[in-house]
Amino acid sequence: MTTHTSSTATTGAVVTAAAQPISRPSTRTPGRVPWARLVRVELRKSFDTRSGRWLLASLGLAAVLTTGAIIAWAPTSELAYSQFTLAIGVPMTIILPILAVLSVTSEWSQRSGLATFTLVPHRGRLVLAKAVAAVLVTVPATAVAFAVGAVGNVIGTALADVPTVWDQSLVDVAYFAAGQTLLLLVGFVLGALIRNSSGAIVAYMLYAFVVPGLLAFLAFNQAWFADARPWVDAKYNQDALLRGQLAGDGWSHLAVTSLVWLVVPMMVAVVNVLRSEVK
Amino acid sequence: MIAVEHVTKTYGPFTAVDEVSFTARPGRVTGFLGPNGAGKSTTLRVVVGLTPPDHGTARVLGRRFRDMPNPGTEVGVLLDASAQHAGRTGREVLSIAQTTTGLPRRRVAEVLDVVGLSEAEATRRLRDYSLGMRQRLGLAHALLGDPEVLILDEPANGLDPAGIRWMRDLLRGYADRGATVLLSSHLLHEIEVVADDLVVIGHGHVVAAGTKDDLLAGAGTYVATRHPGMLAQALTSAGLAHCADDRSEVAGTTAPAVFRVEADAELVGHVAAAAGVALTELRPADAAGLEEMFLTLTADTQRERHPAATPQGAAA
Repeated sequence: MTTHTSSTATTGAVVTAAAQPISRPSTRTPGRVPWARLVRVELRKSFDTRSGRWLLASLGLAAVLTTGAIIAWAPTSELAYSQFTLAIGVPMTIILPILAVLSVTSEWSQRSGLATFTLVPHRGRLVLAKAVAAVLVTVPATAVAFAVGAVGNVIGTALADVPTVWDQSLVDVAYFAAGQTLLLLVGFVLGALIRNSSGAIVAYMLYAFVVPGLLAFLAFNQAWFADARPWVDAKYNQDALLRGQLAGDGWSHLAVTSLVWLVVPMMVAVVNVLRSEVK
Repeated sequence: MIAVEHVTKTYGPFTAVDEVSFTARPGRVTGFLGPNGAGKSTTLRVVVGLTPPDHGTARVLGRRFRDMPNPGTEVGVLLDASAQHAGRTGREVLSIAQTTTGLPRRRVAEVLDVVGLSEAEATRRLRDYSLGMRQRLGLAHALLGDPEVLILDEPANGLDPAGIRWMRDLLRGYADRGATVLLSSHLLHEIEVVADDLVVIGHGHVVAAGTKDDLLAGAGTYVATRHPGMLAQALTSAGLAHCADDRSEVAGTTAPAVFRVEADAELVGHVAAAAGVALTELRPADAAGLEEMFLTLTADTQRERHPAATPQGAAA
């Protein structure tokens, strides 16, 4: 058997490595990894893959396409700033939550969590950093929605030769951002609960489009449910918030449904993430 | 320094790791050896804090892993080279780790150079990497912080013979500079050539641990003679356990008979001389002995056998 341990390095690079002495801990700065840095790294990780970049590009692309569709097909009498921004907001309620889903699930689906959780063995800080990084994406997304919407409003009304209506205030911008944030957090929580990319995305689609449809159908046919719906249907209230149509009891409805459908699952999800092993 | 004490981890009715204790010392390469499913990976995951043990403790540089403020600068870990996002480039994977740990940016180029990944290779996405390239990238990831402790799970998987040789030299160099190197493998030969210390695990139990030399010394001596009767008698009266090696029967009557003796070569030589037996061969069982030890120690825990029998937990 050839069992000789050779002392000669086979490549020059190894010699270089062996020549450097290992620094002692005293020469290092053993500071804890700053939390703000974790947020920055998580933001970077959302967009450094091809799929991440496509999702980012699709935010802008969907905004432009939606604007074009409104200019082409919407009745000219209805052209208004809110018409554009709210329509642009619809594809964003899909894309932003998917980004949030993937930021959590990829650590399990792609198993990169092995490296992430050994570099930072404090998952609570990581989960918070991921959530904040995901929420931060709503800022440029909101800016894009209102900028593209404004351009669309000017062009659309000019083409239709009708007066330009500016019916969106700064408060509406805040409602839009808040509504997008809540939906994005729903995606985040589903990602943390399911920890599988496709599973969590399907779950979000059910939450955002299938269940509200069924509930609306039920409310339409059953009078008792029509009254109860705002206390049950979280997406209904989140949509109302996004469109700036929340008033009076609406805020209570939003608080109650968000507590039940968002905060409680979030606590379960965080506990799961803290304990779940990356296989 | 890595200290694992009484670590036990069960998954439902299955005990993955049972009361595992061992120490990996600085300046030495510690080989963690065992058949597939013996509990190597589970133990390493407990060490780096990915898997909470049911009981027992694992400390790296005197601290639990999760108490380290910035482990990337002190401990290099490679558990699974394929466990990275397939859509990232090799360089991006390293840059993320470099940013997270707050290391200077030049470290990325330095470790790429150390593991021999070219600039062009580093800009490719991981889904286009061969297993060998992933191992090199994983090693680069582990070396990024110039760590004092290296923990590597099956690092030689997928490397070609030259790559294995290269990695062996790299790990040797790290240990010689005072680092603690712990690497696991199910391949005996791979570990044997680089390790100073060995920890052998089977069915979740540590079945042997110690320096490689000590474990090899216990492997005995091969002795050959044309007077097997006289030698056997002399060995028996000297109180040395021995057995006829299979090869002597295969070789036919004209060839010398070979014994394996549970004693070192010098003692066997003296016994033979005192008895006036001429020897044709006398050598330590060495590598072959370690292989035999590995097979013997893990025989009752091999997948090929029924695991029903209670394993012999004779930690050395």
